[in-house]
Amino acid sequence: MIDVLIIGGGIAGIETACSLQDLGYETIIVEKEKTIGGHLNDWDTLFPTHRSASEVLAHYTDETRRRALTIYLNTNVISVKKQDDGSFEVHTSRDVVFRSKTVVLASGYRLFNAEKKEEYGYGIYDNVITSADLEKKLKQLNGEFKTPTDKVPEKIAFIHCVGSRDEKSGNHYCSKLCCVTAVKQAIHMKQLCPNANVFCCYMDLRMYGPGFEEMYREAQEKYHVQFIRGRLSEVGENANGTLQLKVEDTLAARPCKIQVDLLVLMVGMEADKSTELFQQSCGLQCAPNRFVKPKDHHIGSNLTNIDGFFTAGACIGPMSVFDTVNHAKAVAFSVRDYLNATK
Amino acid sequence: METYFILPFTLGMIFLFIVLFIKYGLWITKLSHIDKLRIVQSFFTRRTWDAIKESFMEGLVHRNMYKRNPLLGYMHMCFAMGWFLLIVFGHVESYMYYGTLAKAPWYPIFFQYYVHDWFPGERFMANLMDFLLLYILSGVLLAYFKRINSKIFGIKKTTKLKPLDRVALISLWFIFPLRLLAESATAALYGNGGFLTNTVGHFFTWIGVTPTMESALWWAYSLSLGFFFVGLPFSRYMHILTEILFIFLRHYGIKLKKQFNSYSRIQVYSCSRCGVCIDVCQMHVANISNNQSVYILKNIRDQNLTDRKLYNCLLCGRCEQACPVRINLNDLRISQRIRATKEYNSDYAFLQTLPVEPPQVVDKTPEVIYFAGCMTHITPGIKKSVLKVLDKAGVSYQFMDKEKGACCGRPLMLAGQYEAAQKLIAYNREKILDSKAPILLVSCPICYKVFRDDYELGQITIKHHSEYFLELAKQGKISLNKSDKSIVYHDPCELGRGCGVYEPPRDLLRMTGNLQTSQQEKVNSLCCSGSLGDMSLSMADRNVIKGETLKVLLKSNPDVLATACPLCKKTFVKGVDVQVKDIAEIVAEAME
Repeated sequence: MIDVLIIGGGIAGIETACSLQDLGYETIIVEKEKTIGGHLNDWDTLFPTHRSASEVLAHYTDETRRRALTIYLNTNVISVKKQDDGSFEVHTSRDVVFRSKTVVLASGYRLFNAEKKEEYGYGIYDNVITSADLEKKLKQLNGEFKTPTDKVPEKIAFIHCVGSRDEKSGNHYCSKLCCVTAVKQAIHMKQLCPNANVFCCYMDLRMYGPGFEEMYREAQEKYHVQFIRGRLSEVGENANGTLQLKVEDTLAARPCKIQVDLLVLMVGMEADKSTELFQQSCGLQCAPNRFVKPKDHHIGSNLTNIDGFFTAGACIGPMSVFDTVNHAKAVAFSVRDYLNATK
Repeated sequence: METYFILPFTLGMIFLFIVLFIKYGLWITKLSHIDKLRIVQSFFTRRTWDAIKESFMEGLVHRNMYKRNPLLGYMHMCFAMGWFLLIVFGHVESYMYYGTLAKAPWYPIFFQYYVHDWFPGERFMANLMDFLLLYILSGVLLAYFKRINSKIFGIKKTTKLKPLDRVALISLWFIFPLRLLAESATAALYGNGGFLTNTVGHFFTWIGVTPTMESALWWAYSLSLGFFFVGLPFSRYMHILTEILFIFLRHYGIKLKKQFNSYSRIQVYSCSRCGVCIDVCQMHVANISNNQSVYILKNIRDQNLTDRKLYNCLLCGRCEQACPVRINLNDLRISQRIRATKEYNSDYAFLQTLPVEPPQVVDKTPEVIYFAGCMTHITPGIKKSVLKVLDKAGVSYQFMDKEKGACCGRPLMLAGQYEAAQKLIAYNREKILDSKAPILLVSCPICYKVFRDDYELGQITIKHHSEYFLELAKQGKISLNKSDKSIVYHDPCELGRGCGVYEPPRDLLRMTGNLQTSQQEKVNSLCCSGSLGDMSLSMADRNVIKGETLKVLLKSNPDVLATACPLCKKTFVKGVDVQVKDIAEIVAEAME
């Protein structure tokens, strides 16, 4: 029987495995994709330093190799069942049944499907993309930046809170990272297309982390990104493929129309579908926002309602890269305490 | 001396007649002049005969209620039909004995008390009257059970009572058992009565019965009748007679107006509080059980309707469709909203200050004028598909609200902002008429409803895109490829129950895929919960209602959930993983 089975091979899962190895435990990572790193694979740069995401990814790839971590790729977890002796039986798509003393859930999040906010035209109009699409585009950028209809953009708008803080889309909560991502991407766009006008339509700007507020100030003062407080109501497409936005400027108290070449939707974070699976197979408790509910918000955010079942990273709520790494490091100690106590 | 017992009955009846005379007199005089003319002109026409037929079928037989809920229908039929026949045959019996109909009403009503002798046909009449009494008593028995446990009627909730209703209800419960006892006591003493009262009479003889007891029972019977008559105009039983009046007025072509008037009042008083509307209401799923139509009508009568209840309604029209009395429940509610929101009306002054657009230069009059509406503008997938189909079919069209447009007015209408809606209607109406197009094409059933009901567009035909695309397909202007995808169709409330369009979308879907049926469809379809009609329902409650609707729709695991309303689409799409598509999108795809 292995000590710890980790579900998810993103940065949370890998960091958990590293920290637990340092503490002397044997771990297995089960990852559904064909490669490790999760969403980090898709990002171009990270806030607030504009550091390349592949640098961070390379660190974890190296660690994985150096430590010879056991990782099962292309493996889906089907169910987790708690046994009478307190251990876990984990069934996967691989026909292998794993037995482990503890489970760490590091399954992360998924992005809001922007097609569900049809009024924003994602999937209907060519020049509407999501923040994730933009990251991929920037990552693969080769030469000049162009819109999907092959134009150097003169006007670009970022729409905050798409699928976050939005009762109608079923997500009441704030995804907290989209604000700073929009600021980061807006700056990036200004650097790539200095002549473009860049707008950010926001409800509130939540610049909660170190360096975030500074970045926001820089975006305004140095890059002249225009921040409009108000939500987008609808998007129309002109004959030439440009987009017409109907936005309310709530500070000026008037509706306005903006013509843009590119519209970027800042999609929020949602609980991964797989959390439902653990709800069914082993009674894992989830919060009303569908993320896993921590046993104690303040001093036990790695614990769940099931003894021996832990969490690391964004499966408990939207989390940045650095918060995820810290959360993953912390779970190692929770696991150790548990294993020592049940020895 | 002993016949003083007729007094409660007689006084009660006189009181009832006076009150009814005053009430009905006032209501009818308050009808508009045109409505009064309608009555006068239709009086000697077939309409009167139709009204008599319907009064018989609904007021007495309760056919509609029977169809909805057989047990409930039977109970109402026992009381109405049974009592009616009891009165009719009571008079026949009295005529057979006295040889005249000019007898005071208490002679036929208390016939068995007065007449103990044999006369030709006496046996037959006695048995017939006993049979009718037994028939009514079976209904009374059901009424007892219904109060104790409404579940045996298949209804989850029964209506709540106020004190005067209780007086009338209890008197009504007592009338027929007391009649049985009184008649049986007389039968015990004088040997008359039919198979029922005579048999019970034998039992009375066995336990011993005196003339005093007999007299007391007749007093009790008369008192229960008296109480019932006095309570009737102030209780829900007012519906018994008002419903008949309502049926006649409806047949004479009187329609409910936007403003609450005496015809609205007649409708309100026609409600029997059978509770059928309670069961069909989807609000129960979200544990909301105080705002159903029956309670609203009751609150209107008692003048204690709160805004919270008034506005917490999806206006889906399921209750109106189910109502056995055919009361215009949606419009009645809207008329109350108009009353409640008068002072909030916006003047929409900006409509006058809008810059005058230069008239569009067109070579010829367009075939259709297309009004997308705000909901379609925020579901651009639908808009794009409609335009694509029109282009491919080579239809010439004018896009009325392409750049900017005013709202159709229906959301304001639903909110009761009648005057504000009129301003938008006037603005849009002019634009539509100016286009000279013979067809007004709409994508949103919410707009469709208001264009149809409140715009007075003359010769212009209003068509939803599902109707228009079906025509194009039939004319061969578009050709559709059939896929093997299974499709379930959701009837939008405003398009189905609101405008009666059920088949065109289905015909189109049969051409493009494999149309499945759903458990509750067409007139019985469920609301998606996104309705603009409700102004106080929380998103959480909406989601609960939506969940239940989706459960019914997705039972057969279809590949596509189709609908014909942008709002239904927007509402559903956030709740499911299955593809949700408007019929326009399906048609546009099938053309490729």
